[in-house]
Amino acid sequence: MSDHESLITQHIPRLRRYARALTGERNAADDLVQDTLERALSRFHLWRQGSDLRAWLFTIMHNIYVNQTRSRIRHPQEPLDESAADELRAREPDWGELRDIEQALARLPGEQRSVLLLVGLEQFTYEEAARVLDIPLGTVMSRLSRGRERLRAALSGDPRSATLKVVK
Amino acid sequence: MSEPAVTEAELHAYVDGTLPAARAAAVESYLADHPEDAARVAAYREQVAAMRREFDPVIDEPLPRRLQLPQSSWTRSLARHAAVVAWITLGGVIGWQLHAYNSTSARSEGANWARRAAIAHAVYSPEVRHPVEVGADEETHLVRWLSKRLGTSLKVPHLGGLGYSLVGGRLLPGERGPVAQFMYQDGKGQRLTLYVRINPDERSESAFLFAQERGVGVFYWLDRKLGYALSGAVDKSELLRIATAIHGQLNP
Repeated sequence: MSDHESLITQHIPRLRRYARALTGERNAADDLVQDTLERALSRFHLWRQGSDLRAWLFTIMHNIYVNQTRSRIRHPQEPLDESAADELRAREPDWGELRDIEQALARLPGEQRSVLLLVGLEQFTYEEAARVLDIPLGTVMSRLSRGRERLRAALSGDPRSATLKVVK
Repeated sequence: MSEPAVTEAELHAYVDGTLPAARAAAVESYLADHPEDAARVAAYREQVAAMRREFDPVIDEPLPRRLQLPQSSWTRSLARHAAVVAWITLGGVIGWQLHAYNSTSARSEGANWARRAAIAHAVYSPEVRHPVEVGADEETHLVRWLSKRLGTSLKVPHLGGLGYSLVGGRLLPGERGPVAQFMYQDGKGQRLTLYVRINPDERSESAFLFAQERGVGVFYWLDRKLGYALSGAVDKSELLRIATAIHGQLNP
């Protein structure tokens, strides 16, 4: 194993944890990790030695995830067969059953979910999360605030409070 | 007494343990006077704890083979294509010979079927991105779909007790109509496939028959309505153990 492979290897379990929480699905998550590893290996010369490798890998993963999500919306390729229809039904909020953290996360807007997971699950600082997501610090804070409040409403099973604004 | 007011950002920093120590006392006394915000902070802390309870176990899961380094995409795809070309060529040669010798006997039909199962194994088991059409997370749908296409009720064996978990399955064209392929994988990424087709003579049963081609072993047997072929690049004894377990599960 080359040096850069062994450097990257130690981060794979955490990339998998984040990808699982982000996509909510095992195969999709591992696909995302695999794409990330392939891109990281092919562009390893672009990593600045001494800088935070973990943040660099998460940045790559975030970019791939955003591009894939965008292209899936623009070019929906899968026909609406039985399984796709089931999946759509599954995504419709059923407030009565919204207690589980995984389901509640899945129903957050993707941009809020990323921030909540980077900060809460992966323990990035707000500044690091801003760099990974390539957004201003203020945007991290407002997504964190809205996302956490939305999650709180979902987990408490109250549909009305999901739309309440956080008062500054 | 002109402490700056506590901000929303500071409440989050307090939740995340990144609040400068100098502000901790101010935030705590603010929370003591504002029970609604205190409840929010408690809920946010519980959210973080719930995420970690839910997803931390992923860290300790063994890595599937496709995520293990070293590997590079071109060597993998090259190896895979070479394997497929070799198998298709070999399949063609054997098929031609079988055809030339005895295309109608039951024996060659059986061998032919085992060969098709082995080729399907060789083609799909190294597949990285799309080893199956429908994943194990949609097992109910998978079984319902394949049952519908084969025109009979299928059961998917569970091999967790033997260290293999279901990856999923796909539909394949067979000589006599649709065929189902279920794929399993162990913790090291070793894959097995179970090829299931309709038995043309649904009263017949057979013993386990074994064939081996290019390192892929196949145990195949007929069991009334269906014929099964289990393929894998594992020891014959290991494969027999699994085939026996499958047979037992399908005939409780």
